[in-house]
Parts: sequence; structure tokens; C-alpha cells
Amino acid sequence: MISGLDRTGRKFPAPTMELKEALLTYALRRGDDNLILSNRLGEWCGHGPQLEEDIALTNRALDLIGQARNYLQYAAEVEGKGRSEDDLAYLRNERQFVNTKLVEQLNGDYAQTICRSFLYDAWHLPLQQALTKSTDERIAAIAGKAVKEVSYHLRTSSEWMIRFGDGTEESHQRAQTALDALWTYTGDLFVQDEVDAILEKAGIAPDLALIKVAFDKTVDTVLAEATLKRPADGFMATGGRQGKHSEYLGFMLAEMQYLQRAHPGATW
Amino acid sequence: MTGAPHITKEHIFALLENVKDPEVPVISVRELGVLREVQVIDGKVLVTITPTYTGCPAMDTMKADIEAELRSAGIIDFEIKQVLAPAWTTDWISEVGKAKLKAYGIAPPEKSADIRALKGAQPVVECPQCGSTDTMMISAFGSTACKALWKCNACLEPFDQFKCL
Repeated sequence: MISGLDRTGRKFPAPTMELKEALLTYALRRGDDNLILSNRLGEWCGHGPQLEEDIALTNRALDLIGQARNYLQYAAEVEGKGRSEDDLAYLRNERQFVNTKLVEQLNGDYAQTICRSFLYDAWHLPLQQALTKSTDERIAAIAGKAVKEVSYHLRTSSEWMIRFGDGTEESHQRAQTALDALWTYTGDLFVQDEVDAILEKAGIAPDLALIKVAFDKTVDTVLAEATLKRPADGFMATGGRQGKHSEYLGFMLAEMQYLQRAHPGATW
Repeated sequence: MTGAPHITKEHIFALLENVKDPEVPVISVRELGVLREVQVIDGKVLVTITPTYTGCPAMDTMKADIEAELRSAGIIDFEIKQVLAPAWTTDWISEVGKAKLKAYGIAPPEKSADIRALKGAQPVVECPQCGSTDTMMISAFGSTACKALWKCNACLEPFDQFKCL
């Protein structure tokens, strides 16, 4: 585990961590976010409200699993202990996953699924845009690819938020309920710790405060058009980056990892 | 394997014209822009490819097909390298490739893929069946990662559109 964390936003203790370890954790965080959201979206396969949306959700899931693979492959290489992307996905325990809490939340109704993606996309796009300028060539290349896909994701999730919010009374209500329920998890998107500090100093990762500016702008613009109300910041759930998750992640991993746990090394 | 000095870059490019996109089997990996570079160094063939979408499962098939094509031509000293940068864009699909897509029933991507085109207003898309521009998007995502679903209001046929990326 990472030492010297400060979850309350106070000044970080002096960096003691090696750059390599920070880079490994950073790559895992990016990989885990995409892996977990991809799995959640994949749960819709065969259950979408209509065929086109079923396909849309699994297409997004496919983009995200691709991005997850890129980051987890890189994490495995940085770690240099012979682990593969599959080892990282299937053989780590819940507390070793460092995804943000937002992505592991349940699918709920369609409004909640879309709202979760919208909030994620609104953060994910400016983050990946910033990472295209990373001094780490590998991360810049991964981000250069991801940015195109994520632009498309944000565009479509924004359109759905507007359609729900500015739609019928019921769709508006469901979208607002989803937004109110998920808002607390947006706090975890902007938590910074020693990992971010070390990488920002090296020009590898951006300051998340800058990403927050872009996030706020997108959220405010889309919610205004959707006639939805932005929830006030209250208690903001954090801890995902340190492996402290909501109750839902363990159940998802139990299903996702079952085969490799029961039949170690099984392949297609 | 001896040095095989007779193998040239042009030979390899010509050979790999036989390798098609498994999802759209009328367009070659070169026309699609997935095949980025071929180098022949001291008889060793280096092939560089790049993915269309990061999660595209067809990439593994294309890589295997390239390998099979090289082997079938007796080339065993080769390496296939996958790169992410510069990121693939639909602008790399050749004009011939775009014409083949259209003939196959897939509306080719509009020109100049950039972020503005991705986020901006809906493009004018021509129906690959009847040529009408009176068309509408049914879904932003389609049968593969690279396509969206459209329908033609003139001939009423649904069709795939290659998303501009």
C-alpha cells in the first residue's frame, strides 16, 4: 500500500515514493477505472432497453476494455515482476483495486447507468486530453488513442442526459434521482495524493484541480440544457484510490474472477 | 532462412493486399490504414500496424492473418509490431478503400476527422444504397466499434456508417 496519504486534502508529506512505484499505481488506477466500468456496462449485454442501446453500451464497454488493457499492460511492464494484464485483472483482491468509487456503482435503471457514464466521461475526457501531453511517451500514446473514443462517449452520454432531463416528467425525475444518488461519488474523481504529486512534478500527469474546471464546465452546460439541478457538494465519498471500496466491488470481482480463481491459468 | 535479398518493401505491401478486415472483408488492411509501415532490413521483414479502436477484437485476427500471409509466401523471418501513436484516424482510409466500403453498403466516414467533427453537429451522410442525403442516425454505436447505425428516409433501408474518428 501507499504510505503517507492524506485524504483530507491537506498538504502532502514529502514524497518518499520512487517514481516507478508512482507510475505503476497511476497506470493501475487508469486501468482499473476502465476495467470496472467496462464490466458494469457489459452487464447490460442482452438486457438493454432496446437493441440499439444494448449495442451502444457494449460498444462503450469494448472501448473501455481496450483502454484498460493498454494501461494494465503498461502497469505490468513498469512493475517488471512478470505479471501480465490478465494477472492484474483476475488475481488481485478487492483492496488491491484502485478504481474510483463511481465506476463500481450498480447499474440501477437506465438513467443511473447513463448518468454514471456521463459523470465519468465529463472527467475522463479532460484527463485523457491532458495526458496526451504527458512526458511519458507511452501514456501520451495511450491517451492520444483514448481521447478520440472518450470524446464520442461524452457526446452520446451528454445527449442522453439532455433527452432524459428535458424529456417526460418520469425521465426527468429518474435522471435527477440518479444524479443525486451518484453525486457523492464524484468527489473520489478529484482526490489527489502522493502519486499524483510525484507524477505532476515529473510532467507525467496533470493537476486534477485543472481537470475539475473542465468537469464543472461540462456538467453545468449539459445539466442546464437538460433542465436538471446540480446537486450541492455534501459528504463526498472517497477512498477508491486507496483500495477502499463500496460493498458492490467485491461481488463484481467474485463473478469476474471466478473462472481464473477456480481454474488457475485457464485459457480460451 | 537465408537473407532472402529478393524481398522488397513493395513485395510485402503487394502481398498484404490479400489481408482483409475480417469484419469488412472487401477492404484490405492497407486501405484501412491499419498497415502503417513495412521495412526490410537484412532480409528481415518488419511490419508495423496500428489499431482502429483500442478494444477492436479484429486486431488480433488481422495480426494473425498478416502472419499467415507472410508464412504462406515463404517468409519466416519477420516481426509484427503494434503501435498506438500516431493514433489511427479515418482520414487514413484510402479513397479506393472508401469507395469499396460504399459499394459494400457501408457509408464511408466524412473527411477531416478531428475533435470538432466528433463533437459537432451531425454530418451529412449519403445512403450507400440509393445515394439520398435524407438520412438519420438511429444509434451512435453500431455492429462494430467503428460503425454507427443509420437509416435512409428515401429508400427506407437501414445502413452502417463508418464513424469519423
